[in-house]
Amino acid sequence: MPDWFVLVGVLVIVVGFLLKLDVIAVVIAAALVTMLAAGESFLAFLDLLGKAFVDNRSVSLFLLTLPMIALSERYGLKEQAVTLISKLHALTPGRFLTIYTVIRQLTGIFGIRISGMVQFVRPIVHPMSSAAAKSRGADSESEAELVKAESALSENIGNFFGQNGFVAASGVLLIVATLKEAGYDVTPELIAAASLPMIVIAAIVAAVHFWNIDRRLTKHAAVAQDSEVAGDE
Amino acid sequence: MSDLGPGLLEATFVLIGIMLAVTGVRAFLDHSNPRRVTTAAFWLLLSITFAFGAVLPDRVAGIIVLAIGGLSLARGVKTGTFDEGTPEDRGAHARRLGNWLFAPALSLAAIAVLISTWAPFGDQSGSVAIGIASVLALVIAWVLTRAPARVVVAQSDRMIQQVGPIGMLPQFLAMLGVVFTTGGVGEVVANGIAKIVPEGNQLAGVIAYCVGMAVFTIIVGNTFAAFTVITTGIGIPFVIALGGNPVIVGAIAMTTGFCGTLVTPMAANFNALPVGLLEMKNTYGVIKAQAPLAAILFVIQVVLMYVWAF
Repeated sequence: MPDWFVLVGVLVIVVGFLLKLDVIAVVIAAALVTMLAAGESFLAFLDLLGKAFVDNRSVSLFLLTLPMIALSERYGLKEQAVTLISKLHALTPGRFLTIYTVIRQLTGIFGIRISGMVQFVRPIVHPMSSAAAKSRGADSESEAELVKAESALSENIGNFFGQNGFVAASGVLLIVATLKEAGYDVTPELIAAASLPMIVIAAIVAAVHFWNIDRRLTKHAAVAQDSEVAGDE
Repeated sequence: MSDLGPGLLEATFVLIGIMLAVTGVRAFLDHSNPRRVTTAAFWLLLSITFAFGAVLPDRVAGIIVLAIGGLSLARGVKTGTFDEGTPEDRGAHARRLGNWLFAPALSLAAIAVLISTWAPFGDQSGSVAIGIASVLALVIAWVLTRAPARVVVAQSDRMIQQVGPIGMLPQFLAMLGVVFTTGGVGEVVANGIAKIVPEGNQLAGVIAYCVGMAVFTIIVGNTFAAFTVITTGIGIPFVIALGGNPVIVGAIAMTTGFCGTLVTPMAANFNALPVGLLEMKNTYGVIKAQAPLAAILFVIQVVLMYVWAF
């Protein structure tokens, strides 16, 4: 068999994820075909599968942080966060979304796992940014659509460029496991520390982006107002 | 104390094993779960790999992993109903506890960083720190909320089940990374890339790695999967092997992959879910808004990796 035949495992990953098959089963299937393509036996596959899974238990260390988060949640963690965020109601939509992005980054850095779209964006972030836009005269359909997209964007940027600042984030632990396997001595806290510059840069880029959104919204609003005034005359 | 490291790390895994076993037993007893037997089997098998990982023969562990995959494939892992409290109840607690509710999460991060910086347990300090910090933070949360013990157990079970099999994906991908390395996938990809990327050119290596991360993420919709494949195939031979600092390269590569997540319809949780939740008109509205930002962040990361890692 030619060398490149082992790439069939990568192909299984691509096709399996594209078809949205069960991800864990897809990963195991990819492992199996890779080993078979490399000329190994099924028993050798089982041995390696078991050893590699057990050796990488540290990637799932974040499980230990869940009881504390779950308990805090049951006693009103989210409700308290909502109270804090609602104090920001006087801001422009862009400034509000900038602050939400940073808050979301901080939750990531402190290892608070939330599904922000369901728990924050729909019930709080979008209503507040939308109210802020409307109070500034930006309430056309296209502007409403823009505010919705920007609310989701704020959550995604804050989530992606925040989570790796936490030493027990599964992404951080996966980086450590992958590099250690290749023989490089890295630790979770070094990876988390090296993630901090991009977290700060992402916050700045997001702030500039939202400043621009504010300008777009007020410009639209100004044009709309002008045409209303013109219509009155 | 550094000789305590391996023992403490193993104890941490045993603790996770116990947590998962509790979830398994509770799932079995939960008649509101439509697939309670297979759900229980999934969590109990998983708990065995954690608690007994150190003494389990590889082949037995391998068979268990295969069985876990089978249960997942058969859609055998479901959730029942959980005690999440009423909004009024949680609100009342929030008013009583105020900002102290953030204390456990903040102390988790603080304790973990303190222990790992002090590094009393040698190489394992980072991982052991997470274990110790998690336990202490739970104690703080418990003291703060004065929750009954059964509530603590029920809540931890709820969250494990809600995170669910998908939360275990990174570990499975790390396992796949080992298999890929053993099978020589990295070398084959590296040989292919070597035909396009000039040998020994650091900048070309960085660009190839970052583009690889983003493109693979766009295709499969999952950065973790991309990291496993692209790091072995491109990141290590074309960036780290040329002298790139592995810590910096690894950290930035992961977030470069996230730029791919920002623009792919494959990442439904992030880009399609809000379209539905916010009742947007344009199916790709979120991706459209994110694309320019993703491009800017991508370029910044390529530059940062090149400048900072070498």
